[in-house]
Amino acid sequence: MPLPYYVSPEQMMKDKAEYARKGIARGKAIVAIEYGDGVLLVAENPSTLLHKISEIYDRIAFAGVGKYNEFENLRVAGVRHADVKGYSYSRGDVSAKALANAYSQALGNIFTEGIKPFEVEVLVVEVGDADGRRNEIYHILYDGTIEDERQYAAMGGHADEIRRYLKDNYRDGLDLAAALNLGVRALMVTQNKALTERDLEVAVLDRTKERRKFRRIPPEVLHQHLPEPR
Amino acid sequence: MARERWQHVFADYATSSFSDLLRQAAPHLLPGPREAAPDAGAPVVPHGTTVLAVRYRDGVIMAGDRQASEGYQVAHRRIEKIHKADDLSAVGIAGAAGPAMEMARLFQTELEHYEKVEGENLTLEGKANRLGQMIRLNLPMAFQGLVVVPIFAGFDERAEVGRLFKYDVTGGRYEETDYFAQGSGGKDARDSLKKRYRRDMTREDAVRVAIEALLDAADDDLGTGGPDLLRGILPSVKTITRSGFADVPDEEIRRHCEAVLGERGAA
Repeated sequence: MPLPYYVSPEQMMKDKAEYARKGIARGKAIVAIEYGDGVLLVAENPSTLLHKISEIYDRIAFAGVGKYNEFENLRVAGVRHADVKGYSYSRGDVSAKALANAYSQALGNIFTEGIKPFEVEVLVVEVGDADGRRNEIYHILYDGTIEDERQYAAMGGHADEIRRYLKDNYRDGLDLAAALNLGVRALMVTQNKALTERDLEVAVLDRTKERRKFRRIPPEVLHQHLPEPR
Repeated sequence: MARERWQHVFADYATSSFSDLLRQAAPHLLPGPREAAPDAGAPVVPHGTTVLAVRYRDGVIMAGDRQASEGYQVAHRRIEKIHKADDLSAVGIAGAAGPAMEMARLFQTELEHYEKVEGENLTLEGKANRLGQMIRLNLPMAFQGLVVVPIFAGFDERAEVGRLFKYDVTGGRYEETDYFAQGSGGKDARDSLKKRYRRDMTREDAVRVAIEALLDAADDDLGTGGPDLLRGILPSVKTITRSGFADVPDEEIRRHCEAVLGERGAA
């Protein structure tokens, strides 16, 4: 009987990470940008039915890149977590931090124990109150690594270039139109074609809204705010 | 043939239902029968009294008095009985106030959960059936005296009309075409509505008719609270139309109350 090949743990982790990174890099990107009234999320997504950006709870949104079925599973798990918690305590007790931690644990476990890691990255975003509570943006990677980001975040294909563009061009106190402009330009950095409203999925967490802060921006409205093609 | 591993995905019909999720994740949070002490009899708990729903030109109006009664005592003077279920529907609770409010809260979460998981709203029909199933689960508690019989009303986006539903304790669901009132003063309110209701009323007229019915119920039913202008306690009146769920402002309700009382020579 042939012996199974020995693979060192280092090699195994490296292979898995490379596999996941490759999967994610193939996909399209998403950016999150803080603006005056909340947080804007812009995804390059030609489908109008299969969402990459969704509502989780009153002040919390979710965005995922990579394999759809994998981040969709995570999204539904997040909605379940938030709704059970909000029902058993109160709506104010549901926080992005707890949710981001849960995602981090889940992805970490899948990465170490599963044969195939999830090829996804997710953002969990919570909008702060008007009275100065800060927005929170958590970025969770395929292996469970979790980072909290400030002002802007990017993930998916060519995320590094997009992040560099945002770093150079981000200013505090943007209004929605300016933030949207910045987001769309950032997504176009690595492409030589202009993105139209049909290629984009855009939503905001708008702190001026009542209870449920999540709002999608429909293509008709989006059209008026898109940057002129260069 | 052996059951394939992926088949559970299709068998799991309940993935969008919050109450089914709660049954698995935290069954102690589900409303429903608790173990009763032997021969405990019906406990005396606050009961909500009169709620009603009236169809009018733009949708449905729901209204309720603000009193909860405990036997012959007033338990609360400012209880809210019309609960927004989602943007296009509401539940008017009547019966044992505790379980009824818990049911309303669960129902709200249920609708929102479905909307978030599926990415679209339940149909009005679907919402009405779901509430019926929740009432049916409460049946053992109804036998212990904790009856919950809400009214459900909403705007049907497909049919472009307001619709309203009443229920019995077994969860039986019956659609009413014009109006309905439930609770201890329900009969009096229904009698009043029967005389005053007209098809395709304007908002102004429909609010007036709803308030008049509540005043009639308060007049003849011990459990129903009338408007208390001294303390500023007014009945609550809500509209549900194409553009959503909205409160009728207090000043408007006060104006109608004073007009009706004035006409009857009581103010």
